[in-house]
Amino acid sequence: MFKILKKKVLNPTVTLMEIDAPLIAKKAEPGQFIILRVDENGERIPLTVADFDRQKGTVTIIFQIVGATTEALNHKEEGDYIQDFVGPLGVPSHTEGLKKVAVVGGGVGCAIAYPIAKKLHQQGTEVHSVVGFRNKDLVILEEEFNNVSDKVCMMTDDGSYGRKGLVTDALKDLIESGEQYDEVITIGPLIMMKFVTLLTKQYNIPTIVSMNPIMIDGTGMCGGCRLTVGGKTKFACVDGPDFNGFEVDFDEAMERGSMYKSFERKAHEETCNLFKKEVE
Amino acid sequence: MPNMSLKKNPMPSQEPDVRNKNFLEVALGYTEEMAIDEAKRCLNCKHSPCVSGCPVSIHIPEFIKEVANGNFAKAYEIISKSSSLPAVCGRVCPQESQCEAKCVRGIKGEPVGIGRLERFVADWHNAQENTEIKKPKSNGHKVAIVGSGPSGLTCAGDLAKMGYDVTVFEALHLAGGVLVYGIPEFRLPKSIVQKEIDTLKELGVKVETNMVIGKVLSIDELIDDGFEAVFIGSGAGLPRFMGIPGENLKGVYSANEFLTRVNLMKSYKENPTTPIMHAKKVAVVGGGNVAMDAARSAKRLGAEEVYIVYRRSEEELPARKEEVEHAKEEGIIFKLLNNPVEILPNENNFVGGMKCVEMELGEPDESGRRRPVVKEDSEFTLDVDCVIMSIGTSPNPLIKSTTKGLETQKWGGIIADEKGATSRIGVYAGGDAVTGAATVILAMGAGKTAAAAIDEYIQNK
Repeated sequence: MFKILKKKVLNPTVTLMEIDAPLIAKKAEPGQFIILRVDENGERIPLTVADFDRQKGTVTIIFQIVGATTEALNHKEEGDYIQDFVGPLGVPSHTEGLKKVAVVGGGVGCAIAYPIAKKLHQQGTEVHSVVGFRNKDLVILEEEFNNVSDKVCMMTDDGSYGRKGLVTDALKDLIESGEQYDEVITIGPLIMMKFVTLLTKQYNIPTIVSMNPIMIDGTGMCGGCRLTVGGKTKFACVDGPDFNGFEVDFDEAMERGSMYKSFERKAHEETCNLFKKEVE
Repeated sequence: MPNMSLKKNPMPSQEPDVRNKNFLEVALGYTEEMAIDEAKRCLNCKHSPCVSGCPVSIHIPEFIKEVANGNFAKAYEIISKSSSLPAVCGRVCPQESQCEAKCVRGIKGEPVGIGRLERFVADWHNAQENTEIKKPKSNGHKVAIVGSGPSGLTCAGDLAKMGYDVTVFEALHLAGGVLVYGIPEFRLPKSIVQKEIDTLKELGVKVETNMVIGKVLSIDELIDDGFEAVFIGSGAGLPRFMGIPGENLKGVYSANEFLTRVNLMKSYKENPTTPIMHAKKVAVVGGGNVAMDAARSAKRLGAEEVYIVYRRSEEELPARKEEVEHAKEEGIIFKLLNNPVEILPNENNFVGGMKCVEMELGEPDESGRRRPVVKEDSEFTLDVDCVIMSIGTSPNPLIKSTTKGLETQKWGGIIADEKGATSRIGVYAGGDAVTGAATVILAMGAGKTAAAAIDEYIQNK
């Protein structure tokens, strides 16, 4: 059992938790993920490590409430316990040798982008962060990004905060204005990452994407998280989750990600009924 | 006088048409009377050829003699000297190609039902209350076991019995490895696996779940933490795919994923938290035991038609005969000498069908089996809405990539000698991580051999 040491509501659908997991905190690196089960008989879900504190022995997770499991997790409070918490899984993000990087995060994907931006900043890389949200209420980690970035572009779909537009608009402007990036690292919805890579391809800027497919064991056993990368089958849990964005078959990944959509919707509604809460 | 019946006492089983709709155990086990009657078929041969067929060398005639005398407790004692998981082995061992293949009674008629008797004894023991387990005296030496599947549990059990302080590290949230995520409930009830693991815990074995060795701790860190030897039994690893178009469509599973959802995550139950597709027509590609497990599980989830699609003929099916027969009885349709070439999408990008070709057998290949070759103009489309790929696995890369000096085969398997010793001193390995996908009992045999080698290594240090 793993204790929840801190819980913080970041916005109405996104929650942060600090989990007491000293062994994982000791090893975790940006780009890696954990798998958790909220309770006995719960499903296994992967969540990216949003932060870690090796001294305190804590691992931070940030999750969006999208299904039954994240709903149940969100009903846990500080001092409660999570049944299983395993990691760190996956290959850490490569940050060596990068002088100037654009980190592009979308929505809850910013939770994954942040530790990478932080690590880049700490090693002296010039970091330009482009973060996008649907509207002002959904903005998360603004201060954190400000602290680790040389430049931050805040974008909202409806213009209620920052600049109105998509992350690709801001990224394009930065590139067009003459910013030269060694690499673009992008994390967010598949459709966003797809369009970021379509953009960066035009300028030939190496682009890394962080994939978050359906997983079960997460340790290289079941093969559920497979993706087509460069025409080959790759497993996000052991080969990734970071991949060369130019090689990822996003359309296939989007299809595969939707396999259990109707099941998930039903399960979420049932869980919400259980907690007597309306489905947003 | 021995019982000279040429036939084994038949195994009481659920009727095929009943069992293919539930996940309860198929074989129900012998009664005491049946067990005693079957045990009396044993001739108690002096040279006991059966023992040489057992990868863990159970003293078979000795335990059977005790069964014949109705002394089941003594029979269990004899088995447990050699096997840490008798209730499991009695169910999933391929006895027909091991102990029973060597049985003298098999020359004329059927061999003694050794597996069924082993199962009976183990189940009898597990049904007794207050079975006392003598915790051995500690010898003060620490050994780490990576993976809680059949090889790891056997190695752990043997070492614990010798007095070692054993810790088993399991990556998943539940111990048992393939016994819990792979082999279905109807063939091996999970309560039986749990019972065997509980027995090991009573012997003093510690089991730590949620520990992915190679990630949270490396092999070297285990050694630095004071473990004097490490046994790696990390299992088979990632599923293979055929590389044909359409394999990543929705509705295509690896057998590992399908079975993990059904078994470990219990998606066969009502209102599961982990979803599984309840398909109408399912094709399972492959002919091994895992393919049979997947096909029979799909049938139980409600599929109307389930096919085994295998590119060779019945003779070459790698699955146990008993499993093939069970599958056939349950209505699984065998499409032999058929090979998929493409999986076709429906309008929603789920599986809409599978294009196959017919095969015929040509000259033997390097495996000694006749090589299947494509028949010309034989293409046809199988009407299915789900495909399960069950064509083998390749070893998990996590330990190999994080352990310096651990030599592996080109295909990724850990290199170990006949005693299980790897290229690293004090590091042993066995089971599928070494051999590639094989059977539970071979993995147990490897765990047993390695336990003896680890003991020798530590005592002579």
